[in-house]
Amino acid sequence: MGDTILPGETKVEKSPANHLTDSVFLEDLRQQMLKFAVLQLDNEAQAEDAVQEALMGALKNVASFERKAALKTWVFAILKHKITDLLRYRQRWVDVEKPQGTMDDDSSPSVFDTRGFWHQADRPNRWAQPVEAIDDAQFWRVFEACLEHLPPAQGRVFMMREFIELDSDEICQSVEISTTNLHVLLHRARLRLRQCLEVHWFAEEAPS
Amino acid sequence: MMNCEQATRLMSDSRERELSIRERAAIKMHNLMCSGCRNFNVQVEQVGQMARRFARENDEVTGEPAEKEKDNNN
Repeated sequence: MGDTILPGETKVEKSPANHLTDSVFLEDLRQQMLKFAVLQLDNEAQAEDAVQEALMGALKNVASFERKAALKTWVFAILKHKITDLLRYRQRWVDVEKPQGTMDDDSSPSVFDTRGFWHQADRPNRWAQPVEAIDDAQFWRVFEACLEHLPPAQGRVFMMREFIELDSDEICQSVEISTTNLHVLLHRARLRLRQCLEVHWFAEEAPS
Repeated sequence: MMNCEQATRLMSDSRERELSIRERAAIKMHNLMCSGCRNFNVQVEQVGQMARRFARENDEVTGEPAEKEKDNNN
């Protein structure tokens, strides 16, 4: 709908807030989200609702995204969170309630040993040419993949903080966690993202 | 003496809040002896800049070079 273009006019592409009014992009995105949500929830109606809510949520911050890939990552992060909520809600009927007010979804082994020092293999190395990387399209694909591999709660708060640039108070209110909990999640997200980038990009010389 | 987990936590926190003089001194002390945490300290900043860049970049994946950010590697 609304796709009438007067003669002589060209459709404006790449204008920041246009991604969610780009009907092809939007429909494609919605289908991907739906497929993902149905798979997770095994319930068409709930999946539809979750996708709709996630898209609505993204609309509020759409001006922050000039890059479709970033918007997509963000929308999926919201969707994952909604799915997690729904799954947790279901589980409450069969499970003991988990303590409220904290989010912790990091089940990966720590990069630190029992005394809190780096494991030899996980100690950060110096990055070769970090400035050059930002001009490399392949780097951004690695970056996006690393973001998507963050545990959902970490990915979500990290993106709120570093993409949308919300401050701590706003994030704590919107996801209902304590400041301390937020800082723990951000710390873990940064450790993981840093490590992922090092392993998948900076460890080898960037192709140039 | 602070361990690496505590040191990196403070470095991460420094992007969220003003650290106290004591905290900043503790990081400096730790980093004198720990190359891993020195690298982390630089990279945590770079990762933040990359995230902002990722959200902002004009061109999608074709990597239209944008103006260079200042090299933070010092």
